[in-house]
Amino acid sequence: MEEIHDVSDELEIKVKKYQRGEAADLEWLMQTEEGRLEAEGLEKTWRFNQQAIASEVDVASRKNQFDLVLPDLGPYTLDYTSSGRYMLSAGRKGHLSIIDLHTLKPIKDMQVRETVRDVVFLHNELFFAAAQKKYTYIYNREGTELHCLKEHGAVLKLQFLKNHFLLSSINKLGQLHYQDITTGQMIGNYRSGLGRTDVLQLNPYNSVLTSGHSGGTVSMWKPTSPSPLVKMLCHRGPVTAIAFHPNGHLMATAGMDKKLKIWDLRKYEAIQTLPGLAKSLDFSQKGMLATSTGSFVQVLATSDSQDYSRYMIHTMPKGYQINKVLFRPYEDVLGIGHSSGLSSILIPGSGEPNFDSWVANPYETAKQRREKEVRVLLDKLPPESIMLDPTQIGNLRTSRKKEKPTKEEIEAEKAAAVAAVKNVSLKKKTKGRSKPSKMARKKQEGIEQAKRSFVEQNEDGVMKKKQKRITETSELPVALQPFVSRKAT
Amino acid sequence: MRVKVISRSADEFTRERSNDLQRVSRNYDPNLRTQEKAVEYVRALNAAKLDKVFARPFIGAMDGHIDAISCMAKNPSHLKGVFSGSMDGDIRLWDIASRKTVCQYPGHQGAVRGLTVSTDGRILVSCGSDCTVRLWRVPLASGIESDDSSDSSDKSLASYVWKNAFLAVDHQWEGNLFATAGAQVDIWDHNRSQPVNSFKWGNDTVISVRFNPGEPNIFATSGSDRTIAVYDLRSSSPAIKVEMRTKTNSIAWNPMEPMNFTAANENCNCYSYDARNLKEAKCVHKDHVSAVMDIDYSPTGREFVTGSYDRTVRIFQYNGGHSREIYHTKRMQRVFCVKFSCDASYVISGSDDTNLRLWKAKASEQLGVILPRERKKHEYMEAVKNRYKHLPEVKRILRHRHLPKPIYKASALRRTMTDSEKRKEDRRRAHSAPGSMPKTSVRKNRIVQEIE
Repeated sequence: MEEIHDVSDELEIKVKKYQRGEAADLEWLMQTEEGRLEAEGLEKTWRFNQQAIASEVDVASRKNQFDLVLPDLGPYTLDYTSSGRYMLSAGRKGHLSIIDLHTLKPIKDMQVRETVRDVVFLHNELFFAAAQKKYTYIYNREGTELHCLKEHGAVLKLQFLKNHFLLSSINKLGQLHYQDITTGQMIGNYRSGLGRTDVLQLNPYNSVLTSGHSGGTVSMWKPTSPSPLVKMLCHRGPVTAIAFHPNGHLMATAGMDKKLKIWDLRKYEAIQTLPGLAKSLDFSQKGMLATSTGSFVQVLATSDSQDYSRYMIHTMPKGYQINKVLFRPYEDVLGIGHSSGLSSILIPGSGEPNFDSWVANPYETAKQRREKEVRVLLDKLPPESIMLDPTQIGNLRTSRKKEKPTKEEIEAEKAAAVAAVKNVSLKKKTKGRSKPSKMARKKQEGIEQAKRSFVEQNEDGVMKKKQKRITETSELPVALQPFVSRKAT
Repeated sequence: MRVKVISRSADEFTRERSNDLQRVSRNYDPNLRTQEKAVEYVRALNAAKLDKVFARPFIGAMDGHIDAISCMAKNPSHLKGVFSGSMDGDIRLWDIASRKTVCQYPGHQGAVRGLTVSTDGRILVSCGSDCTVRLWRVPLASGIESDDSSDSSDKSLASYVWKNAFLAVDHQWEGNLFATAGAQVDIWDHNRSQPVNSFKWGNDTVISVRFNPGEPNIFATSGSDRTIAVYDLRSSSPAIKVEMRTKTNSIAWNPMEPMNFTAANENCNCYSYDARNLKEAKCVHKDHVSAVMDIDYSPTGREFVTGSYDRTVRIFQYNGGHSREIYHTKRMQRVFCVKFSCDASYVISGSDDTNLRLWKAKASEQLGVILPRERKKHEYMEAVKNRYKHLPEVKRILRHRHLPKPIYKASALRRTMTDSEKRKEDRRRAHSAPGSMPKTSVRKNRIVQEIE
């Protein structure tokens, strides 16, 4: 018995060793503790406002609560570097600034005197792209204009694919562009054909870009195909925002039909529908979902059940229109860009407490940054590696369906059958029934029959196929069904 | 209410003094590293390309002989020393590290045909076409390193004259006996001027002889009558014999699986046999385009090196049908002898052009001391390459070898020949009575008969 026990123990250790992430016992490696907010007794977590939280937390964390009142050049949008150390903010009327969030000092503050619709950091804090009135520009940290990307047109929304070094954008004409920023090569330029939209979101799990359209559809794109990978009907009205869970299996969409839906991307089915409008959505690293409408921010979290429910709320002063909410990586902080500036509030338990120095290091030195740049450039992925299921790379291709017989083969079979009938020697029958005319007729009938059986067989095949297609559509999730039948005709 | 938010102090994550190492924190959450497989694939591809970039196997040539090199021997107790014998009767001891001659052993009148070193590394045995077997004292390791040694030469300890010319010699792995091959196989003792035993089976010459590394009394020979024979010293007659369609030039036992040996055959292939069952080869190693002249196993037993009359050296996996590596240079002529170094990291070839050449066993391996971080990086690259080696792009890069034009053409020609032979065979089979022409496997069809 003991031996068996030992073996199972050993096996367990081995399994643990090869498991990764949450399952493995790596607590001794995790230095920082996770944040949390727990209600006691009759308290509810969403009743705690920011002042209450600020009075409980330490001074260093209190620094992360701030309001920057910039009423003239708003509404503001923002972006964080992947390490969460730097914040890039852009006012609609042309105010761009980079802030170091450790020291809370601006690194660069500038005014481009032009509409700025969106900004995004490139692979590190040294470069960023800004979608301005006519063109998109790339600036460095000092505010020097490095490139003017004219091919993108008047861009509404920018996204950066950091594994592939692709800058992607959607412009006023609904065109999607992918540009490799290491070589400057335009990788893809596709028309969505679904109208103008400024809802574009990157799925971090597989680098598939997702755009939401005014018809209520959501389409997913990769740079190597002109047609979308997936088209889903998500809402009965324009889609206003999309967000992705960091594990890539959940998508949240919000529409003008006053619904917020959480989708399971493995089944393409809505697993939860919540009421309410949302102008902007964002998932945190630990899977909390922030939504904003008007001057009201709500954070949803999963409790013991799988469903998302209210976790925290935050109300801005009346009249503030929130433009964008964005969780800061590796911190329990939610950044809010609104019509009169920027705010930052504490959401305990939203961020990943332990960073990995080789992935994103908030305390990176200049030398480490330089080395990392070289390393990520060596690991730059080709655009072909973007696919819905990124774990497929290196796997065996599943066996193809059995090929159906070609036309020639059917024809040959038919000819053989006919020849076989022709060669049959008819039996000599009694008087009158073996007349040459009768024999000829009989033979002819046989041939006809042989031919007919082939025609029927073919029709059978077609019928079966049609039936199959119909059943296939009914098996599909509801969101995908409208597009399948259209494709088939 | 209980509240806690993530709070880090910069001191915990930054170094205190500028000469400290940077602090590192790890988190293996897969969500932080997305598209891991694609990244690994790109790394494997880069590793494969870097392998090609750094593939510089040739280390240097050892120049000094004035005639073709016919045989070599490695010293089992000294890593740096290698002996070579040439067609003009010259025997030299080389220091591989400095690639210089340490000493010469003059004495043979005709070509030296066989060299071997005793297990303790003290005595070198040579034999040649002048019908003599000579024993030489090997200088000690300290002597090898002295500077003024290039002109030093040793006189032979003993010289035994016998009736016929010798073609090969091999020393027992444990014990005092050695065997010579010629008109027959003779077993010698160090202190006896005449063979203590001889074996003869048929009238044909024995070309090569090799003792088994595991069982000191067993040895294998190949003869000009196209046979491979396995003998046991304890019995008076040969144990087992197999006749093939073509001659076997050389034999090497696998040091890690001592029941297996590989035979270098005249028909461009090598055949791995299990000595207990010679009815069928275990593996046929194809790729050379001319007769394979010599073969030697790596001490790890996982691969072996072959030298061929087509002017190339190839390295095979012990169970691989095709070579893993091909080495060639413009100036290298017919290769008559090859040896794997005792640490399995170098390959030495001796050829018709009077030079010994030193090659790396792994073409892109980095020489010299490798720091631990660098070694880990190499190991990681090797692992990802191994993981994705079946993907078409990685496979293409890893498999590609530049071939000299004559070899490229000859291999294409050989392929056409074998294809047409196969086609003809198939047609013949199709047009003869079913079952009258049974298919024989490649591992069997070069074997004529097994004699016991």
